[in-house]
Parts: sequence; structure tokens; C-alpha cells
Amino acid sequence: MTATTLHIDWTRCRGRGACIDLVPGLSRDPWGYPILGSSGSDLPVPPQLEVDAADAVALCPVAALSLRPSAGTGAGR
Amino acid sequence: MSEAFWALGRASGVVLLVLMTLSMLLGLLTRSGRPLLRLPRFGVQLAHRNIALLSVVFLVVHIGSLLLDPYAQLRLVDVIVPFAAAKDPLAVGLGTAALDLLVAVVVTALLRRRIGVRAFRVVHWATYLLWPISLLHGITAGSDGRSSAFLVLAAVSALAVGAAAVWRTTDGFVEYRRSRTEPVR
Repeated sequence: MTATTLHIDWTRCRGRGACIDLVPGLSRDPWGYPILGSSGSDLPVPPQLEVDAADAVALCPVAALSLRPSAGTGAGR
Repeated sequence: MSEAFWALGRASGVVLLVLMTLSMLLGLLTRSGRPLLRLPRFGVQLAHRNIALLSVVFLVVHIGSLLLDPYAQLRLVDVIVPFAAAKDPLAVGLGTAALDLLVAVVVTALLRRRIGVRAFRVVHWATYLLWPISLLHGITAGSDGRSSAFLVLAAVSALAVGAAAVWRTTDGFVEYRRSRTEPVR
């Protein structure tokens, strides 16, 4: 079984905030960057939010986002 | 019938100035990462993109009608090669040069995720050349270009784009720039 994750390339992210409005649950840190918390660089995307995540990938002005399939083993990194 | 093409060519030119000005303003706002009143950040970006693409449609109408209009004496080659037109080579050539830049800007913008952000950004800087060239083209080539109504529209547009471009260079342009440059204790 596979699930999708929203991967953030932190070397590209400039904190422009387009994804904050698009992906429910994402918030900004005091410098404008998205907070992924314990997810690190890969935010798990539940099926009902996959469309929102795809929009965020398409509209990120610095192309820092990508959708990645992830093995649903639940193994943390 | 040729009168209709001429009128369409002129009217679409005026619409293009408005659309390209809005596109510049929304593009600069997109770059700042700020929302516009109730319009969220991605909405600003989508408005920028769609208004820019709408200006492409009006550009097709603008060029198409003037190609069909016998008075403009525009040849197909004048659409691509600037400064070679039979009538008003300099004024028409500015429009051709702007079109060439616009094609590059639009194509690289649509292929942004494929060609990489760096190439996209470098080509997108050409809009700062493209917009004033287009404005000059409107004033010099347009048969109403020196009318007071068009000059007022041109002046308001130039002031708006100029002010937004100056805003870009200021410290408070990007939403969180101030907090990012605060000294760390």
C-alpha cells in the first residue's frame, strides 16, 4: 500500500506562502516558511487533500514542492 | 470592412495596455508574497497568470486585425522581424520587439516547472523591458497614441508600474523580510 507525501525542497523554499493558503493545516513560522513539524521535509497527504497538494505543487512560485509516493510502512525517518 | 479591422486593431491595443499593466502589477504583488484584500496569495498568482494569458489572446486579435487591414501595410515578416515594416518601421518595430520578448516570457512561464526556476526567472526579467517598449509602441504607432485620453491612460499606467517597481526595491516588499533580517540574540 502506498500513500502520498508532499515533499518540500528546503533549499528552494523562500517562504512565499502560496502553499499555506492551499493546503489545509499548513501554517507559517515567524519567518514565513511552512511548518511541517515532525514531518521534516515530507508531509503525509491524506487522500481527500491530494488535489489541494497538487495545486500547491503547481503554484509554488519557486517550484520547491513535489508529490512523492511513499511506502505506507509508517517507518519514521 | 477594412475600417472594422483598423478599429479592432486600435481598440485591442488600448485593451492590451490595460491588461499588461494589470499583469505587471499583479506579478509584482505575486513576487512580494502578499495577499490582495480578500484574494489569497495563490489567487493573486492565478490572476496574474490568467490576465497575462488574456493579453496573449488580445495580442492575437491586435496583430491579426492589423495584418488584414490594408492601411497598416503589415506583412507577415513584420510580426517576427522588428524595424523592417514599410510604414512607421520604428514605431511598429517596437511592437514587434515586444511581441518577440512576450513569446519568450510566456513560453518559459508555461514551462516553468520543466525548464527550472532559474531560467524562468532570468527570462521573466524581460518583462521590465517588454512593458515600457509596449507602452512606447502604443504612443508612437497608435493612431490615437498622442490623444490626450490615451496619454492620460499611459501616464497613469506608467506611474502605477513605476511605483510598484520602486516598492519592490524597498525593505518592506517581501512579507516577512523584516523578521528575517532581525538580529539573532
